[in-house]
Amino acid sequence: MTETSARQVVEIGYGGSERLVMNMGPQHPSAHGVFRAILTLEGETVVAVDAVIGYLHRCHEKLAETLTYVQYPSIASKTDYVAAMTAELAYVAAVEKVGKIDVPRRAQYLRVLAAELQRIASHCLWLGTWCMDMGGALGGGATVFLYAIRERELILDLFESLTGARLLYGLHQIGGVRYDLPEGWAAKCRETVAVVEQRLTEYEAMLEDNSFFLVRTQGVGVISRELAEDVGVCGPLARGSGIDYDLRRAEPYAAYEELDFKVPVETAGDCFARYRVRMVEFRESIKLVRQVLDGLPAGPISSRPGVKSVGQVRIAKGEGYSRIEGARGELGCYLVADGGPKPYRLKWRGASFSNLAVLPHIIPGHKIADVVAIMGSVDPVFGEVDR
Amino acid sequence: MPPYLHHVIAGFIVLNVVVGLVTYVTLLERKFAARMQSRIGPYYVGWPHGWLQPIADALKLMMKEDVVPTAADRWVYNLAPIAFLVPCVLIFATIPFAPGLGVADLNIGVLFFLAVSSLEIVGLFMGGWGSNNKYALLSAMRAVNQIISYDLPFIFAAMVPVLLAGSLQMSAIVAAQAGFWFVFYPGLGQLAFVAFLVATLAAENRVPFDILEAESELVAGFRVEYSGMKFALIQLAEYAHMIGTSFLGALLFLGGWLGPGSEQWPLLGAVWFLLKAMGIFLVVTWVRWSFVRIRVDQILAISWKLLLPATLLLLMATALVVALQGVRAV
Repeated sequence: MTETSARQVVEIGYGGSERLVMNMGPQHPSAHGVFRAILTLEGETVVAVDAVIGYLHRCHEKLAETLTYVQYPSIASKTDYVAAMTAELAYVAAVEKVGKIDVPRRAQYLRVLAAELQRIASHCLWLGTWCMDMGGALGGGATVFLYAIRERELILDLFESLTGARLLYGLHQIGGVRYDLPEGWAAKCRETVAVVEQRLTEYEAMLEDNSFFLVRTQGVGVISRELAEDVGVCGPLARGSGIDYDLRRAEPYAAYEELDFKVPVETAGDCFARYRVRMVEFRESIKLVRQVLDGLPAGPISSRPGVKSVGQVRIAKGEGYSRIEGARGELGCYLVADGGPKPYRLKWRGASFSNLAVLPHIIPGHKIADVVAIMGSVDPVFGEVDR
Repeated sequence: MPPYLHHVIAGFIVLNVVVGLVTYVTLLERKFAARMQSRIGPYYVGWPHGWLQPIADALKLMMKEDVVPTAADRWVYNLAPIAFLVPCVLIFATIPFAPGLGVADLNIGVLFFLAVSSLEIVGLFMGGWGSNNKYALLSAMRAVNQIISYDLPFIFAAMVPVLLAGSLQMSAIVAAQAGFWFVFYPGLGQLAFVAFLVATLAAENRVPFDILEAESELVAGFRVEYSGMKFALIQLAEYAHMIGTSFLGALLFLGGWLGPGSEQWPLLGAVWFLLKAMGIFLVVTWVRWSFVRIRVDQILAISWKLLLPATLLLLMATALVVALQGVRAV
């Protein structure tokens, strides 16, 4: 790493190969929220990157200690606001683990349904913003962005008719889910995923037959398998670097054990490999949604009766860790309960946070234009990084 | 009427037409891009379909506060939009829009066009340098790299029709294409046209070669510090350059004003010319909204390793053909 030498910065002196320190963010068109990268440049080449995070810190873990088990799931969704269902699920799964609360089978299936639709929606946003990073808001990237957002909107419409909300849902609750599928929802869902599936083919044709897209992504930002293991990246990044690991299969939660899906793995480790992994995940998620809709068992959607006041749900003293495979990777929730209506302590393990740690290792040596391409391929959501 | 007065009046008319055209070409592009992206585009300002939007935008930019960064090099910073605009508008001077309808049909018209259009780099670099902003500086560096690399293929590709017509005078080139546009010249015409389009994209800083604007990396490139009317001038200059190059492409390859009825009514010829130029402009726009931007090193590689040798070979092949067959009769 050039990290030590990067500290000795010569401000631009109009002579030769002096270094230029440039701030990218926190206010920057491709900062994906509020990320600040302090780049040290030699001409166009980045020789060092200093990642500064924390601009979106909202005391989420402390907040969890002040809110009851009934209240917090809808707040938990604000950690990763692009895939809000994920954090909700991780939180209620942790509470259920500590409190040893059963979840009915129908609720388990509905959880998978929500998680997979959320993965599709999240990947839609990733594809759009990533292409926008590479293609620019005033170029072909914006076209992909608007197409992808069009599909994300379809999924959000589904969520809206299911939960009444489009961004932060509050679908999951301790012991099950809050809402059952409305009349006609399943048919609409099938139509939507069919549309998304067909459009995916169009995106692939638009991107993979485009040599400009290929030269921007292939061989750029390579994460070797060793580096991936050392840094602890997860999700599509790890699978793009040849690590065949998916929590849905390695440690099945909800109803994943009963469902059939493939885990895509690519070995190249570059931006294109990560893109391919996510494109296959799109299709696998669509497959899972169809399976859930086909095999949705009848029965109650929650194992607990509704409560009249938010303090009524209490779980026994204990601690536990639940982890799920979110759209961005492994999302963990460590919970310590003291017998009261609120957790004693909560710790989030955000996928974006640990994925972001790989940036200083892979960015040096690339051009400025690659920095945004690599950052986009990591798909960080800063609500989840800073919490 | 003394002859210079004729040029002054013609220049005034052309200048105003160009400004009006630029204003409305932005609307055309926005509507076209909106169709591509399954949007509607400007809609509410003016019925139907937001036809007053460009006027509203221009008024808005005129009324904006003009911010000059304290650390900027004031002279360079303030002069840059003008230094950028003048060559971009000056290129229209030699374009004949119909027989006898133009400011000055120089006998070295194509050369004048190419030479003057290369001058825009001066204003561009002044803007990037004078802003005293790191993004702008990087953008200016990229601009110099890119425009120098692409001027040569651009000129070589434009020289192919010149060789075929045997003249640098624009009206003579059009006349040589009577009944047979150069784009239909077997082999050479098509290759030269494609090379011309690619070089045009780069010379105009359009996607996929818009690395100097590159708003996802450099925010807005060399014009990041400009606001209000100075920003509007830069925008005007960019679009004027783009339209000017589209006119040049239509003139060199698509037969200029030639078309049904253009013999009897020169004004109809001007309409044909405009339609052809807008066709080229829409192709450029189409490319813009479908490609991702490529990296600076890749842009240079494409230019020096592929486009430059290819256009040079093409030029030599054309020269050979012309030497063997002779020039098409003018």
